[in-house]
Amino acid sequence: MRTADIDRILKKHDYKKSALIPILQDIQAGHRWLPMETLKYVSEKLDIPLIDVYSLATFYKSFSLKPRGKHVVTACCGTACHVRGGPKVLQELQNELHIGVDETTPDKTFTLETVRCLGACALGPLVVIDGKYHGQMNTKKVASTLKKYAKKKK
Amino acid sequence: MIEMTVDGIPVQVEEGSTVLDAVRFYGIEIPTLCHHDGLSEYGACRLCVVEIGKGENAKLVSSCTYPAEQGLFVRTNSQRVVSARKMLVELLVAMCPSSKTVQDLASAMEVTQVRFKVDRMNDCILCGLCVRMCEEQMMAKAIGFVNRGKNRKITTPFDLKSDVCRTCGGCLYICPACELRCQGPNADTDLCNACLNVQPVCLKEEDDKMCFLETCGWCYEELGRKKKKMEKK
Repeated sequence: MRTADIDRILKKHDYKKSALIPILQDIQAGHRWLPMETLKYVSEKLDIPLIDVYSLATFYKSFSLKPRGKHVVTACCGTACHVRGGPKVLQELQNELHIGVDETTPDKTFTLETVRCLGACALGPLVVIDGKYHGQMNTKKVASTLKKYAKKKK
Repeated sequence: MIEMTVDGIPVQVEEGSTVLDAVRFYGIEIPTLCHHDGLSEYGACRLCVVEIGKGENAKLVSSCTYPAEQGLFVRTNSQRVVSARKMLVELLVAMCPSSKTVQDLASAMEVTQVRFKVDRMNDCILCGLCVRMCEEQMMAKAIGFVNRGKNRKITTPFDLKSDVCRTCGGCLYICPACELRCQGPNADTDLCNACLNVQPVCLKEEDDKMCFLETCGWCYEELGRKKKKMEKK
């Protein structure tokens, strides 16, 4: 991410120290993840010790310090999804994408993540791709759903 | 001045002090681990737990972070407090059996067994002393807590050498886990308890006599004298 873009986001939030979380969220929305240089730059500009920025970024699961793909695939591993076959769906996702959990495909298209519960248990087993909920997922539907996103150019 | 009751004794303390300060000022002992004079209170180890309030409303709070209040009713050594403290020490031993500070606390509280799975690979008890030392006394802020839950640990940003660390060693100095326990014959056990395992020999003969008031071996001599008397008769 260019420093000009970060400066624009910082200016939008008035260089407020208290706005660290929204700033990091905006940076991640544009860049998909938080590189080390970006965190260092933000800590310098806001005059916050780097360790504070780093501990905040590692505390929240929604911040990623590893490169993410274009599409983030989130499989629910909550209790309701688990009993409805969530683990099988997760395994199918891993087989289809040839990656493990919290990994990104080499072509930087997909990132596979897990989540404990999204509160939409009636839709389980649930897979969320780029914020869109795909309910009643099963092993047969996995490949076709992923194919739709692989074609999409974002 | 604030008036409150500690272990049934009416006490007066200055405003703005914590319950721990007040209780310690009157000479009542409360064990602590993450409390350190000169550093801010953190309330991580919970060892300074005391019971406040009366009857059913009594609750356990950490005295190092609880401000002294007018009319507060504090109990520092009730059964509930003691059992809670023992459990906490057991948890600390399970987290870091190699620390002298933790083992000393366990011995002082007569903890003779640990009910939890002891982790020998882990050494940090996340008391936060080093983090506060670095920030408040050394003005560096080079280390801090990262991650959360069971992955929480203390480290530098990105696990790399920090730019602001001056390698002053303050964190090592204050760390309670870095000081190794006595490397005697019990060094590999979960609990040291060297002094607790020795059964006082005078216990059967002189039950009401507190043997620690006499010089060691006194009871043996006394026993010998008694035997001789019996033989003479």
